Amino acid sequence: MIPTILAVSLLIFVIFSVIPGSFTSSLIADGKGRNDPKVVEQMNKEFGLDKPVYQRFGSYIINLAQLDLGQSFRTRQPVTHMLLERAWPTMKLAIAAMVIAILIGVPLGFVAALKPGSLLDTTTMIAAVSGLSLPQFWLGLLAMYVFALTLGWLPSFGYGDGGIRNLILPAVTLSVAPLALLARTTRAAVLDVMSADFIRTARSKGMNAYRLVTWHLMRNALVLIITTVGLQFGSLMGQAVVIEKLFSWPGLGSLLVDSVSMRDIPVVQGAILMIVLWFLIINTVVDVLYAVIDPRISHG
Amino acid sequence: MYKRFALQSTLAAMLLAGVAMSASAEEPRKGGTINFVAPYGSSFGTLDNQASPATQDEFVTKAIHRRLYAWDGNANKPVLDLATEVSASPDRLTYTYKLRQDAYFHNDKKMTADDIIDSYKRIMTPGKAYTGARYISAIKGASDYSDGKAKDIAGLKKIDDFTLEITFNEPVNPAFQLMQPSTVIYPSGEADKDSFKSHPIGLGPYKFAEYVPGSRLTVEKWDKFYGADKPHADKINIMIMGEASARDVAFRNKEVDVSVLGPAQYVAYKNDPELSKNILEVAEVYTRLVGFNTDFKPFQDKRVRQAINYAIDSDLIIKRLGKDKAYRAVSWLPLSSPAFDKAAKPYPYDPEKAKALLKEAGYPDGFEFELTATQNESWGLTIVEAIIPMLDKVGIKVKAKPVEAAVLSEVVPAGDFQSFMWSLESGPDPMTAMQCFYSKTSQSACNYYKFNNKDFDKLYEAALSAPTEEQKNDLLRQANNLLQDEAPVWFFNYNKAVMAYQPWLHGLQPNSAELAIQSYEQLWVDEGVPSGR
Repeated sequence: MIPTILAVSLLIFVIFSVIPGSFTSSLIADGKGRNDPKVVEQMNKEFGLDKPVYQRFGSYIINLAQLDLGQSFRTRQPVTHMLLERAWPTMKLAIAAMVIAILIGVPLGFVAALKPGSLLDTTTMIAAVSGLSLPQFWLGLLAMYVFALTLGWLPSFGYGDGGIRNLILPAVTLSVAPLALLARTTRAAVLDVMSADFIRTARSKGMNAYRLVTWHLMRNALVLIITTVGLQFGSLMGQAVVIEKLFSWPGLGSLLVDSVSMRDIPVVQGAILMIVLWFLIINTVVDVLYAVIDPRISHG
Repeated sequence: MYKRFALQSTLAAMLLAGVAMSASAEEPRKGGTINFVAPYGSSFGTLDNQASPATQDEFVTKAIHRRLYAWDGNANKPVLDLATEVSASPDRLTYTYKLRQDAYFHNDKKMTADDIIDSYKRIMTPGKAYTGARYISAIKGASDYSDGKAKDIAGLKKIDDFTLEITFNEPVNPAFQLMQPSTVIYPSGEADKDSFKSHPIGLGPYKFAEYVPGSRLTVEKWDKFYGADKPHADKINIMIMGEASARDVAFRNKEVDVSVLGPAQYVAYKNDPELSKNILEVAEVYTRLVGFNTDFKPFQDKRVRQAINYAIDSDLIIKRLGKDKAYRAVSWLPLSSPAFDKAAKPYPYDPEKAKALLKEAGYPDGFEFELTATQNESWGLTIVEAIIPMLDKVGIKVKAKPVEAAVLSEVVPAGDFQSFMWSLESGPDPMTAMQCFYSKTSQSACNYYKFNNKDFDKLYEAALSAPTEEQKNDLLRQANNLLQDEAPVWFFNYNKAVMAYQPWLHGLQPNSAELAIQSYEQLWVDEGVPSGR
């Protein structure tokens, strides 16, 4: 985990040192297009931007080792504080989207696989392909038009009081892609397991359908499904960027986008590190789950 | 006879009643919540407004804070705010302010001269880089204080708790400097506390209530605000909505009370019989242009620069691409500027004249130049794509160089360009705006074109020391006309800011400095506001 974090930190540092544009120039772009060279010089000095890259990277790593992510150029607040403030709304959004994706995607894939070639199977797969190919931004707008503007059931944007009403539209929009992928993966995994010898043997021994599905089919298909869930769950934090911007959701994604355009490097580094950390944690959890579901994996 | 009298009396009574009814309809209603929109990004940069030049952060400044001067969005001029009167010394270097005695911070502290002195000192704190320093450095001794050479700012003198004397380095109109959002006044000793960064305290009509970063900031009515009978609304939710399409849905769904419109939405709203009833249009103080770097040889010749102005059909671009959401630019200063010459006419579209000028300048076959621009829909690559074929007709080849906004504002002050397209603030103070063409202004500050013209300099310097506003504006008018002739840029257009508002919202001001930034204390909602607010 530590080498990954170090590599990511170095990569972000190098990228933001190489690409044109700086925090001070973004302030001019964001303001009135006028510049005060003295203030710019002072600003570079205050934030240490006048020092060579290797020196800045060195002090960043030293601070990181002490779990100090530095101070935001924009707000002059500790980055950790800003990230924590934004992490929960994003996690809430990602968890809600994943729950929707699992609750709908997995059963759909299962049912489709149990009756391959049926109308249900064909419809599910067409919907899954569509779900994967539709842009999130467009889907979000469509959801706003239908459920907020036309039906008036839900608010079209914002965090409200943090309750479920404001969560539904962004979470449903965010869940569409992982739901579609989960339905497809589940169907493929179940079909694969169904053609295995041990299933045929179990059937020939007269095992009842319920026990066959729960004991043999589901358990063996679950390894692939959990891998997909893990990967999707990990990447949802990144995918949430578009949704958060569209729905004015106060998450990590919108903070990251703003910080990139403002070249608020400490916040960019912190936010990316948090996303990487999230991904690594999910992967570790998935690895543990593998062993629980299929003990052969841990023995191997 | 009696019948006629009775009829006339009835008619008169009805008329009076009608007038009274209409007057009461205009009477601001107290209470209610306004859902305003901050459309320039997906968050606020900071809640420390002394540290930010961003327009997006002004939405917060206007609600929570106050400066020595304020911008009057109705009259479109700066006015005294935290002082009741001001007197200037004959040399216009020293100004004495009688401060308000009825201004209270949101922590119940009464404002005194110390708060203003301490705020300005904070902006100039040695080793710190607050963006307000650009304006406060005009005060005598501010730079010495910032450099650590003095313990206090020499130009700030407290006469008594409610009398403040400010001395400037040179004769200036302090109103434009001290009305800037980054010169807001904080209560002494509060600003550097950690809590202040997330819970700001100001003198404004609304006090901070809640901030959900990236989503909304809520402010509540400050009962001790000094404005007579204001503010009207109890609460303002400032919704952060950077996405135009999302804003559109929220506005149509009546979730927000205003929406700033882009060119595409402007057409849709104008064509809608209901939405078109509540649209506010203003010529803002932003001039969209293509700036020419005179380090690039062809641009050193005035005839080449003029030729480009003649070769581009600006009206056609404004109509087709800008959807008429802009006013044709005549010169640098915008329509609302007191130094704008109403008799001046923009460059006509005349490709033949352009060709002749190019030939005279020694470029009969044209030349090629690089144009740096961002993706902005109103003054970016879309416009560049439209001018490429127009300039091609007169033999000039344009190579577009797309960059990000933060990159544009890095390469332009550094002079690393041949030409650039930008929307630059050209007001409200004509003096500050014209400074960008003064030869002593560096390229890194705002003379991006390296414009150097002795006649212009003379007019500018004369305006600096002009004894009256009228004389100053007259000199600047001449300077602006000279700029048009010199054509250091392609004068494209002045932004037409358009804001749609809900029928229940009243008190909006036609603020030419920035339409979206409204004085919230003047806004009110009538009974038509959706229930539940």
